[in-house]
Amino acid sequence: MIKFKLNGSVVETDAPSTVRLLDLLREEFELIGSKEGCGEGECGACSVLVDNLVQNSCLIPIGALEGTDVQTIEGYSKTPQYQVLNECYATAGGVQCGFCTPGMIIATEALLSKNPHPSEEEIREGISGNLCRCTGYNMIVDAIQLAAKKGDGLW
Amino acid sequence: MITKDISQSVVKKDHVDKVAGQLPYISDVKMEDMLYGVLYRSPIAYGKVLSIEYPILPEGYHVIGAEHIPGGNFVKILIPDQPIFANEWVNYIGEPIFMLVGKELEVLYQLLDEAQVKFEEHEATYTLDDAIEKMTDVMATHEFGESLQTIEEIGKKAYQIIEEEYETGYQEHVYLEPQGMLGIYQEDEIQVQGSMQCLYYIKNALISALACDDDEVRVIQSPTGGGFGGKEDFPSMMACHVAIAAQVVKKPVMLLFDRSEDLVVTTKRHPSKIKYKTALDRDGNILSMSTEVFLDGGANTGLSPVVLQRALLNSAGVYKIPHYHAKGYVLKTNTVPNGAFRGFGAPQSFAGLESHMGHIARIAGKDPLEYKRQYLVKQGEPTITNGRFRDPIFMEDMIEDLLKTLNYKKKKEEFARFNQQSPRFKKGIGTSLFLHGCGFTGSGERDHIKATVKLLKTKDDQVLVKISNSDMGQGIFTTLSKIVAQELGVPYEEISFPYPDTKDVPDSGPTVASRTTMIVGKLLERAARRLKEKWQSGVEQEIVEDYVHEEMIPWDEKTFSGDAYPAYSWGVNIVEVEVDSFTGNVQLEKIHASFDIGKAIDERIVKGQIDGGMAQGLAYGFMEKMTSKQGRIQQRSITDYGPPTAMDIVHIESKLYDNPYAGGPYGAKGVGELTLIGGAPAVQSAIEDALAVPFYQIPITPEIIIESLEKREGEAVD
Ligand code: FES
Ligand code: FES
Repeated sequence: MIKFKLNGSVVETDAPSTVRLLDLLREEFELIGSKEGCGEGECGACSVLVDNLVQNSCLIPIGALEGTDVQTIEGYSKTPQYQVLNECYATAGGVQCGFCTPGMIIATEALLSKNPHPSEEEIREGISGNLCRCTGYNMIVDAIQLAAKKGDGLW
Repeated sequence: MITKDISQSVVKKDHVDKVAGQLPYISDVKMEDMLYGVLYRSPIAYGKVLSIEYPILPEGYHVIGAEHIPGGNFVKILIPDQPIFANEWVNYIGEPIFMLVGKELEVLYQLLDEAQVKFEEHEATYTLDDAIEKMTDVMATHEFGESLQTIEEIGKKAYQIIEEEYETGYQEHVYLEPQGMLGIYQEDEIQVQGSMQCLYYIKNALISALACDDDEVRVIQSPTGGGFGGKEDFPSMMACHVAIAAQVVKKPVMLLFDRSEDLVVTTKRHPSKIKYKTALDRDGNILSMSTEVFLDGGANTGLSPVVLQRALLNSAGVYKIPHYHAKGYVLKTNTVPNGAFRGFGAPQSFAGLESHMGHIARIAGKDPLEYKRQYLVKQGEPTITNGRFRDPIFMEDMIEDLLKTLNYKKKKEEFARFNQQSPRFKKGIGTSLFLHGCGFTGSGERDHIKATVKLLKTKDDQVLVKISNSDMGQGIFTTLSKIVAQELGVPYEEISFPYPDTKDVPDSGPTVASRTTMIVGKLLERAARRLKEKWQSGVEQEIVEDYVHEEMIPWDEKTFSGDAYPAYSWGVNIVEVEVDSFTGNVQLEKIHASFDIGKAIDERIVKGQIDGGMAQGLAYGFMEKMTSKQGRIQQRSITDYGPPTAMDIVHIESKLYDNPYAGGPYGAKGVGELTLIGGAPAVQSAIEDALAVPFYQIPITPEIIIESLEKREGEAVD
């Protein structure tokens, strides 16, 4: 039995400890916001926050989660920070096919919570673990810059 | 919101759902009793199937093979040479032979290992070079232009003849969502849902495979996580697999690729070899040019003949070349079939031609851009197929403006000075000039596609867009809704545009060839205008609009003459790089891009296309490398392949030139493909400028750079 916090509530699971967090989220908890783009830790589409750090949920065996605090896009979307990101991604045009987007939002949160006013270079580095094939990244970078400004004080 | 100018950007229709991650892509769909499918794939590149021994199956597990196909055992694309299940001959590593279906993926993979298939191996053709040497398996060929005899005569009097060979590699789409398809059995119909660009391609393939009536199959698009051409032809095969399986087991069957399977077995951009032979006079002016294009088709024909057409039609670029001849071939190799990819043959041609023009410019002792400018086509001049460039061409203005903004001359001097002082890091600036013909080639829209669109107004005065085109991220939910809204004079939010379902929408054609905004958008504009005229509040109304062909200079596919395209979009890219001559590493520094796409239907969406398309195009030139060895794709993960991350790309300063085209909605022309085409040639030209070394291939990887620099040093010592 593994016990951890998921989007604010304590949850338990009987699943074997080798099960990937991504599968647990998608299968057992029916949280579809974390996507599988590669399953090998290369694309970031499955990004979640574990104790406020961005992690690829496809690489995490759930055995490693005991006592941690996991937040997925479903939980994060209830926060005021999310509202700012949602707006800024819209204004900047950071979303095309949307498959990378939830992961990108999570990576943005992880970046801004560590560094509320990142430079362009820091932003590019901060999201470099998240691939996007549609946007060429620039509008995502703009969105994050905008969020840092608009959401001043939130992070 | 009602916008005054249609170009003014709005929040995209699907924005909120996508950010929240709650839009169900096909891999998010679960159904009761749903089974999974896995494919047994050929381990050899070419051979005869002698026997197939299926594994012993536990209860609830099934084998689906060629014997279950009610119709013909081929995927209907252009010609019937692509088996659904290859049970007689296999032509490439990874070709599907049969499918196992059942509840647990783990069990299925184990069962795959237990299957025994015996082959008689035959000698395979692995590379384009081998195929060129043999010239035995030509899948398509075209030839047009000035007679070779005339060109030969000109050559005899020329001061010199420059011959070059150019090579381009594979490009893989890496849409972030891997391919996925779900087949659903229902008493009276088979339904297929999934990630796709072309609903009616799939539907037609299903009717052929299932040998059924039109109303017995139904195709519904799921939210699609990127396509770029990769979900144009390939999904038809997966759809056949899941539909046949669903029909046999009478349960939903899901086929999902993981990334490595997707990388190895799905279509890619055709590798190419292009040969140029150009006669120059004493001053370096072009007297004649002949081009020979060879495309590696892979193991079956697919869309390759059409890709070749576009490659050839673009082979003279944006130039008016005196005495031009073009010939091209698609050759078969025993490798994964190549297919559609944003640009569709044009990126290869432009990379090759821009490279060649740059090289002759240097031979003529001129700046490449200056040299290329002399040859720019002008309005009213003939195309290489004796069509006409009948609309205004703004290339001169676009170039001039960019040169001014950039202070080009001064920049070049600065770079020259920098390079003199810096033994290790070298700066360079390069340009590409390009166009893209919008829509299907020739009379394709009239003869093959015959698009129809529908607008439905409900009793509550709700307007729904009913077309078969896919939004795969490029934003047509938004742009096409805007067109309809603008015509009707209602806020764009009031227009509904559900994911298309063939039960419900007419065939407005595939989502390809930069045709959706221009062709389908125009039909919707006309439909909306009629709806407005006839508008009766509180009454259900339906408007259907069919494609009307605008006769130009008639296109003759046999002789390759006439107007190949109704309109052209244009672009200029200027790229600045810094090259580390010790490691061969290339860093993009600044990117400038100007485009004439007629009129932007939504400026932010267009700029998004520019950013994304250019990232793919630039990376095609120097980063993304896919190779095949003995018929096996070598890159099994995204990092092996190397598409750009945010750190590889820099801000793109892009500018749009309004040049409304009468045949497009609000003057709009095609956008999506154009944006990719200029990246690779501009990057190559910039690297050449930095290092003063010519290159004859893309991608120009660090290894290639180091090799070329070493070679030059070797020559200097000699
Ligand atoms: S799916 Fe986890 S990093 Fe790609
Ligand atoms: S929006 Fe498609 S991958 Fe990022």
